[in-house]
Amino acid sequence: MVSLLTPEGLYGLVFLVLVAVTVTGAIVATGSSRLVRSVAGLALCFIGVAGLYYYLMSPFVAVMQMLIYVGAVCVVITFAIMLADPHPAAVRSAGANMLAGPLSIALGFVLFWGLVALAGGTVWPEASTRINDGSMIRVGRSLLTDYSMVFELISLVLLLAIIGALTLAREGRGGPARSKP
Amino acid sequence: MNALTLSDSLTTFLVIGAFLFCMGFYGLVQRRSLIGMLIAAELVLSGASVNFMAFNRFLAPDPVVGQIFTLFIMGIAAAEAAIALSIVLAVYRNYKSIDSDDVAELHG
Repeated sequence: MVSLLTPEGLYGLVFLVLVAVTVTGAIVATGSSRLVRSVAGLALCFIGVAGLYYYLMSPFVAVMQMLIYVGAVCVVITFAIMLADPHPAAVRSAGANMLAGPLSIALGFVLFWGLVALAGGTVWPEASTRINDGSMIRVGRSLLTDYSMVFELISLVLLLAIIGALTLAREGRGGPARSKP
Repeated sequence: MNALTLSDSLTTFLVIGAFLFCMGFYGLVQRRSLIGMLIAAELVLSGASVNFMAFNRFLAPDPVVGQIFTLFIMGIAAAEAAIALSIVLAVYRNYKSIDSDDVAELHG
């Protein structure tokens, strides 16, 4: 039994706080009717997940999570919300989406229950030996040796994404840009 | 089972991953605006990443693979968000709305 007032107890308490932050963020992100609040919930959820990565012994991935998800993806979504100007509190048309509410809740719950039952009921085989400690040095080394092909491919994917995004969004939200005289 | 030692078990992380995945699934089905659906898709990817990292920490013989996989998922998610949001802007330019029900010209 671990007492709360020991270092191990505080370690566990911080973990529980991070889990609560993650769950709250996910609920706000899906449940709120305004998109801006939803993005704020998403950022909260990502911060919690970054903390969980810290508990999974990978501080590098935790920092990358903060940098890429909270710092880039959430900000980009916020910009899109400002540019696209969605109608706040869109009125639901009755009838068309009557089934979507309860049915999606039921489907999500069944999926969650099934996954949790699977996770709890399976006996996971432990690895007999670990060939390294999974530190940041190891990550960098195998990123540039074993996974260098994938590394190059993802840089290509990101380049194409940049070009595609520029091509699609170049004209802004108003329509075709007028050519300057 | 003490609540303060939960961070030491694989099942905790699997349950969190499943929760994120199912909230994302629920959001994808229930949301009507395209940006809301994108946010839900990010939650799904995040749940998958938590699963990879948990298996990487507790079961994998080589604890580098899961971290690299998660980093690549982040790269793909960033590219996906950029493309999806510029598509949303293009849709808004043409329809003046980002509601997924309004974008239905082939509606029967």
